[in-house]
Amino acid sequence: MKRLPVTTRSWIAQAARIAWKDLHIEGRSREVVYTMGFMAALVVLVFSFAFISGQEGTVAPDAVAGILWVAVLFSGTVALSRTFDRERESEAIRSLLLSPVPRSAIYAGKLAASAAIMFLVEVLLAPLLAALFSAAIWPHALWLGLLLGLGTIGFCSVGVIFSAALLRARSRDALLGALLFPIVIPVLLAASRATAYLLDPAVPDLDPALFWTRFLVALDVVFVVVGLWSFEPVVMGE
Amino acid sequence: MLSTMPSARRSRARFLVGLLLTMHGFFVASLLVANAPLEKTMGIVQKIFYFHVPCAWLLILSTFVCAGGSLAYLFAGSERGDRLALCSAELGVLFGLCVMVTGPLWARAAWGVFWTWDVRLTSSLLLWLMLIGYGLARRYGGAGGRRLAAAMALFAAADVPLVYLSVNLWRGLHPNTRTVSSLAPGMRLPFFFSLAIFSALWGVLLALRMRAEHSQARLVELAIAIEDAEGNSA
Repeated sequence: MKRLPVTTRSWIAQAARIAWKDLHIEGRSREVVYTMGFMAALVVLVFSFAFISGQEGTVAPDAVAGILWVAVLFSGTVALSRTFDRERESEAIRSLLLSPVPRSAIYAGKLAASAAIMFLVEVLLAPLLAALFSAAIWPHALWLGLLLGLGTIGFCSVGVIFSAALLRARSRDALLGALLFPIVIPVLLAASRATAYLLDPAVPDLDPALFWTRFLVALDVVFVVVGLWSFEPVVMGE
Repeated sequence: MLSTMPSARRSRARFLVGLLLTMHGFFVASLLVANAPLEKTMGIVQKIFYFHVPCAWLLILSTFVCAGGSLAYLFAGSERGDRLALCSAELGVLFGLCVMVTGPLWARAAWGVFWTWDVRLTSSLLLWLMLIGYGLARRYGGAGGRRLAAAMALFAAADVPLVYLSVNLWRGLHPNTRTVSSLAPGMRLPFFFSLAIFSALWGVLLALRMRAEHSQARLVELAIAIEDAEGNSA
């Protein structure tokens, strides 16, 4: 197969176009944002009912960060399983893979779109947590946003590959979470630790929060590199 | 077809020699372990160490061999690599099960609890879960299941140091991270001997399992060839 010359600029443009296509479809139907958002809110509420007890009616401060990230992870699998589900309709995946675009650009575009959609939901979710558990998210709101973004990229970088490979599996939805969670545990650890230090109601502990944020960046780099590199052979048989 | 017969016989002979040596090794290892000095605080309980640590080592080895095989399969289309990955993942699940059974037993006797969120316990648990996930992806992953499993193996191998590092930082440093180098001199020979023997058993099982996979693939090929021939003559 003759390969078309690829420059960095055209690669970014192609990835951006694929991301734009996905975001455009989502903008019309808003299916993922609504279902994922509802799911995330429900997970938070389920945790509240399970954990809150006694007169004080609150949870341990450390638990808020954990609840936030568990909600992100569980609702995120909903978003991810839809990422490639749309490509199944009318065999759109064929046309996508036949188009003269490097596979890595398809991966990057899908990653950007699904991370952006998840991020939007998370930005709405964080104030809900602040309201329900009176968590102090505002003093370091930007930092928390950065953490949410980094954690989401780490989660999606693995999830996009698995979601693509599960395109034709019958037990797609059950498998996605089962395969994804063991791999992304380091992301969950780093993200929830950093968030817990940041949201500490007494006094935010910024040094360890910074350390875990850096660790999260390193995790993202590793996962995205492995993802960019392995996406092409994984979808080759489609 | 005919030319494969002597090589099959030779590999069977090689396998038998390997098996006998391994069995003999386990006999010697049990003598060595029985004669090894008793640990000061844990006493006889510590003997599970000679079983537990080699299994944990094989769990890690299986993960990396699985990733290596998956790499060859994904990037070079090697069917052999795919078989190697599958078989070593299965062995990883098996030896991981041994780790998960012996670990809590030892922990209960030594620390009084079945489980603590210690770095090595947590990391091996996650590693084991990833290998089980590999098996699930192979079995239920549908048409793309093999490639999905291979991608999973790559991520798992990239994850091993990250998991270890993150859990280590999450829970604080484990007090004795250099157990093996601080072994009493009398314990060293039995330990390294059982490590070698367990690895040999792993190798024998891997060879056996890969042979079975190979035969199965051959059988499918032959069945298809026969069907084709019958279809042509009809």
